[in-house]
Amino acid sequence: MNYLPGQTWSSQPAQHHHQFASASYNTDPSAHTSQPIVTGTSVIAIRFKDGVMMATDTLASYGSLARFMDIKRIEKVGENTILGASGDMSDWQYVQHTLDKLMLREQNENDGHILSPSQIYAYLARVMYNRRSKMDPIWNSFVLAGVDPKDGSPFLGYVDLLGTTYSASTIATGFGLHLAQPLLRKAVEGREDQIEEEEAKRILEECMKVLFYRDARSLNRFVIATVTKEGSKISEPYSVPTSWGFAEMLRGYGPQTQ
Amino acid sequence: MFRNTYDSDNTVFSPQGRLHQVEYALEAVKQGSAVVGLRSKTHAILVALKRAPSELASYQKKMLRIDNHMGIGFAGLTSDARVLSNYMRQLALSSRLLYSRPLPISRVVNALADRAQLNTMQYGKRPYGVGFLIIGVDSTGPHLYEFSPTGNCFEYHAMSLGARSQSAKTYLERNYEKFQDADLDKLILHGLYALRDTLQQNKDLELDQVSLSIVGPGADADSNTPAARTGEKFKIIDGEALRRWMDMMEPKQIPGSTTTAAASSAAGANSGADQGGEGGASTSGEVQPMEE
Repeated sequence: MNYLPGQTWSSQPAQHHHQFASASYNTDPSAHTSQPIVTGTSVIAIRFKDGVMMATDTLASYGSLARFMDIKRIEKVGENTILGASGDMSDWQYVQHTLDKLMLREQNENDGHILSPSQIYAYLARVMYNRRSKMDPIWNSFVLAGVDPKDGSPFLGYVDLLGTTYSASTIATGFGLHLAQPLLRKAVEGREDQIEEEEAKRILEECMKVLFYRDARSLNRFVIATVTKEGSKISEPYSVPTSWGFAEMLRGYGPQTQ
Repeated sequence: MFRNTYDSDNTVFSPQGRLHQVEYALEAVKQGSAVVGLRSKTHAILVALKRAPSELASYQKKMLRIDNHMGIGFAGLTSDARVLSNYMRQLALSSRLLYSRPLPISRVVNALADRAQLNTMQYGKRPYGVGFLIIGVDSTGPHLYEFSPTGNCFEYHAMSLGARSQSAKTYLERNYEKFQDADLDKLILHGLYALRDTLQQNKDLELDQVSLSIVGPGADADSNTPAARTGEKFKIIDGEALRRWMDMMEPKQIPGSTTTAAASSAAGANSGADQGGEGGASTSGEVQPMEE
C-alpha cells in the first residue's frame, strides 16, 4: 500500500492492484497495533490515611488534537477497586469490557467470594503480559487502586503494556511520571497514614494543575476518585484556577504577533 | 451375570427411575476403607484407616494434598482419585497463577461435581468409583465437603465415607455440636474415636494404619506474604507423629479382653509392623473389601 506505517487514513480509497488474477486476497503482512491512536495522558494516584485516591483529566487526544473532552478514564471495578488508564482509549475500552466480564462471572458464582483489589491487579497483569508475549500489546499504562474490604488494607499498583508491575504509595503514568511523581513523593512518602482526605485531594489538585501547565496533551477538567473501606466514589469533572500572568511578556504566549 | 435389568448402561433409567450403574459406583465407595472428616471454627481435619494389599506391601495412601490450603481423603478406586485430584490441582494452580488467589473450596467442589455428573449421563462413560472428603480453608473459613460419584456435593460439619462408616456417622451425629468450639487436639480425638467405631468389635486402632490431615487458619495466605509462613497449611501426618494423639485416647473396651488402648499402642511400638500387617490384610472370615 502507499501509506506509511502507522498512518491510519488515506486520501484515496484502498486500491487492490489486479495485475495477477489470483491475487484477490490481501498480500500485506498482518500487523498488530504498533502505536496508540486516540490517547489519554497521565494518571496520578496516592495512598492516604483512609485509603487511596486517584486523578485523571477527561481528555482523549487524537494526536495533538484535543478530540474528545468528556471521556472517563477512571472506572470502578467491583465495589472496592478503581482503575485509571492512560494510553490508547480503544484498548482501554477493551480492558473495561474484559474486567466487566470477569466481575460478572464472579458475581454469578454468588458464593461470598469477592476478588480483592490485589487479585484483580494480578489478573490484569496476567492479561497485559499475555498480550505483550503475543507481540500484540494492550497499549496502556494502568493504575489500579483499592481497599481490601476484609482487612481494610490499601492497594496501589501499576501495570503497563509490557506487563511490568510495581506497587508504591504514589504512582503516576505518562507525563505525570516525570512531572507529578517527584511532587507526589515529596508530599506523601512516609506520611501515608497521616494524610487526611482533604489534604490528599489538595495534593492531587496541585499536581493536576502542574500537569495542565506543562503537558500539552492535558486538560484543566479532571475527576478525583477515592476508595476507602466504605467503598469507592468518582467525583464529577471540575477545574482548578490557573494564572497565566507570567506568560504575558513571553514571545509566543502573549498578545505579540511576531 | 447382571444383578438387574437396566443396569448395563448408565444412560438408561430403570422403570423405578434409578440409574443402577451410578448406584454401583456408590458401592465402590462403600468398599473402600473408612475416612472421617470434621470441622471446628478454626480447623478442618481428616482421619482415615489405611490398608495394605498384602503383608509385603506398603500401606495404600488415603489422602492427597491439592494445594497449601486444601486436601482430600478418599474411599474407593485410588486410580480414579488420582485422576480427579490431578484435575483439582490444575484448578488450584491456575487460580493461583491467574488471580494470586487460593481457589475457594466451594468452587473446586462444584467443578468436580459437574465433571462427575457428566459421567452419569453420557453414553459410553462410567461414573467415578471414588468418594472424597475435601477439607480446606479459604477467605470464608474452614470447610468440609463430601464429593460422591453421583455428582452430588454437600457441605458438612462432620462426615464419614467408606467401609462401616455408618458407625462413625453415628458417633459424629451424637457429638457434632461439640466440634465447633473444640481445639485442635479435641477435634482430632473426636475424629479418632469416630474412626475407631468403624472397626470390628475385637480390634483397636493401630498406629500404622491411621492417617491424619489438618488444615487451619492462615493456610490460604498469599504465598508471597510473610503471613504464609505462619499459616497452618494442609499437612498429612502418619506414623510416629500420631502417637501423641493415640496415647491421649481413652482405651477401647474390647469384650473379653483386658488390654487397654494405651498398653496396646505401647506394645505396637515394638511389634507395630506385625500388628499393622494383620490390621491391613485381615485374616478374619469376613469378606475383605476391595481397594485398588
